[in-house]
Amino acid sequence: MNPQGGPPAAAPGEWQPRIAAIFCNWCTYTAADLAGVSRLKYAPNVRILRVMCSGRVDPQFILKALAEGADGVLIGGCHPGDCHYVEGNYKMLRRFRLLRRMLADLGIEDGRVRLEWISASEGDKVRTVVNDMVEKVRALGPLRLPERLKAWDREIGSEEVKSHG
Amino acid sequence: MDKSGGAVRIGFYVCHCGHNIAATIDVAEVAKYAATLPHVVVSRDYKYMCSTPGQELIQQDIREQRLNRLVVASCSPLLQEATFRRAAERAGMNPFCFQMVNIREHASWVHEDRKAATEKAKRLVKGAVLRVFHHRELVQKKVDIRPEVLVVGGGIAGIHAALTLADAGKKVYLVEREPTIGGHMAKFDKTFPTLDCAACILTPKMSAVRSHPNITLWTYSDVVKVDGYVGNYKATVRRRPRYVIEELCIGCQDCVAACVFKEPKFPDAFNEGLGKRKPIYLPFPQATPLVCVIDPETCLQMKTGKCKKTCVEACGDRKAIDFSQKERLQEIEVGAIVLATGFRIFDARRIPYYGYGTYPNVYTALEVERLINASGPTGGEVLLRDGRKPERVAIIHCVGSRDENTNRWCSRVCCMYSLKLAHLIKEHTGAEVYNYYIDIRTPGKSFEEFYNRVASEGVHFIRGKIADIYPDPSDQGKLIVQGEDTLIGRVLKTPVDMVVLAVGLEAHPDAGEVRRMFNISCSNEGFFLERHPKLAPVNTFTDGIFLAGCCQGPKDIPDTVAQAGAAAAEALKLIDAGHVEIEPNTAFVVEEDCSGCKSCIPLCPYTAIVFDEVKKKARINEAACKGCGTCVASCPSGSIRQNLFEDDEIFSEIEGILAPE
Repeated sequence: MNPQGGPPAAAPGEWQPRIAAIFCNWCTYTAADLAGVSRLKYAPNVRILRVMCSGRVDPQFILKALAEGADGVLIGGCHPGDCHYVEGNYKMLRRFRLLRRMLADLGIEDGRVRLEWISASEGDKVRTVVNDMVEKVRALGPLRLPERLKAWDREIGSEEVKSHG
Repeated sequence: MDKSGGAVRIGFYVCHCGHNIAATIDVAEVAKYAATLPHVVVSRDYKYMCSTPGQELIQQDIREQRLNRLVVASCSPLLQEATFRRAAERAGMNPFCFQMVNIREHASWVHEDRKAATEKAKRLVKGAVLRVFHHRELVQKKVDIRPEVLVVGGGIAGIHAALTLADAGKKVYLVEREPTIGGHMAKFDKTFPTLDCAACILTPKMSAVRSHPNITLWTYSDVVKVDGYVGNYKATVRRRPRYVIEELCIGCQDCVAACVFKEPKFPDAFNEGLGKRKPIYLPFPQATPLVCVIDPETCLQMKTGKCKKTCVEACGDRKAIDFSQKERLQEIEVGAIVLATGFRIFDARRIPYYGYGTYPNVYTALEVERLINASGPTGGEVLLRDGRKPERVAIIHCVGSRDENTNRWCSRVCCMYSLKLAHLIKEHTGAEVYNYYIDIRTPGKSFEEFYNRVASEGVHFIRGKIADIYPDPSDQGKLIVQGEDTLIGRVLKTPVDMVVLAVGLEAHPDAGEVRRMFNISCSNEGFFLERHPKLAPVNTFTDGIFLAGCCQGPKDIPDTVAQAGAAAAEALKLIDAGHVEIEPNTAFVVEEDCSGCKSCIPLCPYTAIVFDEVKKKARINEAACKGCGTCVASCPSGSIRQNLFEDDEIFSEIEGILAPE
């Protein structure tokens, strides 16, 4: 990250990672609003979607995002103990741990899917997390899951042809 | 076609927000792009969408173009979602067939590259357009509001809020953790800049609280549990034993006089430890309620059970003393809550080189308030611990404020109270008073005039931070205050008799626990976080919970009272409306799909999910559901759905925001 704390510089024409972010209404979404009001600058690669609680984040949302071509997915919730709905963030954490193992089996690197606790007052943490994640995902390169899924489909398809032949 | 079978007609509007959005995002391009998206029949950009003409533009289109879906790309939904929903509703559209795109806080304000910001805005818009297609018409939920209010904290903020509410005819529970109300203000001698006596303006309000038929005052009590939601909170209050029956004690203090401890020997908290009290005591002469308290830590009877109990004897037929009193839990139901839990002063021991706690003649400003106060430990004479009258006094500003090593914020009141103390110390002792300051901040009505007055009285002002305080080797009893006078660029070593530390204000150490209990947020500094710094300064992110006074941030008495009035008005607004509209984002079970596995039931923190033993299906109690969606994400058969956050809505949004360029 550059010392000014701004977004990591991207060379012109360089590949740009696409990152989907799912933030809870009460903490992380509000923190992202605060980052805006404070005019903090971060990389434009992250697109934020709002849910009421990180507990609403179905692992399928993450898989859907990757299947739609996301190079990374960022989930933001309230700090442990601070959930607006008491413990939705813990429920998310449990699912996240399971999902991470599954993603590893699929060959999806660890840094691509990330869970962060960011409270409503941590506008600056939104900036640092987003910039850090963009930088790390950029280093990992494109995920190209839609293309990979198609290739897998083709493989399965040709095997089916073989076994039926 | 949408779920009800009609054709989907989406109207899209992008806001310039003056230059706020338009300077970084090409709004015309965004509008042009949106027009190409499926089902979009109107796509426009406009200078200020939230203005009356902006809203009228939307309403006209809804009527003329028969729109049944609306997407507005502008600021955060947390700010203006309600505005656009109402606009849509006025034009006859269901307000929930609306989706807002946050391209200001989440795009134009955080990015500099116009092209990248515009591209991001376009994807966010696509996400919303694809999402809104799936929106269903929903009915706004309404819940009744209970008319009672809980006010937590009995300082000037809590007192003012409670009286305002009670005068408006609402029943108020005022809960205070100390044995008396009054808070910090009760300890002050005079108040700046008018120099009126704090007790003269506060104590009438304290007695008004005590005698008000609409106020139930519970001191020596704390809130230990809060359940429920806006309009229907249930709070559990722990009422600690004071070992004196409140209803029977008349505050005569005969028991105090009769106590087996002939002399007061325990540090008196009200006098900041400068005075002494007995194990049975009245916190201060105007304590409200005027009821004695027994401290079980120091009372001989409580500690050993072997005391002559002269206090009981003195109390006589009133029989107000009860050593067997136990802690009690009381449950109350209220519609709204005002938090006025105040602040604590910075612990000056955290800056070791100021020597507080080491050198007896280094005082905090609050201690000096007590020394100046006529009802204080010295009867209003400014005397050092050895009984001397100080001849030279240093007041050090910004102790634990505007300091990278302790607290970064300005505590707002210290400059003014330091000027007040300088004036009062000079008045009481004739001493030379030296103020060491970083900046003198006097922004307030008649504040600058007060500064000029104090300066003209011969109080010295030296611009510079004090680096060290140490005993004068050549003169016993004196302290050397060393620091640079930055205006003349010289290090000064000034011998003084007394040092006053203008300590800053900070959040209570248990503010974190309190905010969790009330389900609100704290700012980085630890003070409770308001919903919006400008437009909702007394609201919190939890509906029906309001803030007043220094628990939200340092402020002086006039601002505290103004905020307490505002918090009371917000609570009144809520109560007098009789009901509140709440977001219909609750979850529901699609019975045909439910396998009856019960995995959702333990996940709900509100026990809103019950199992229907006859049908063998889960059922969600809509009134108890708060709309987090945790059960929805966990249902293995996908049979639980959440209004406004349906799977197909979210999947479509994901698809849109990730659309390639």
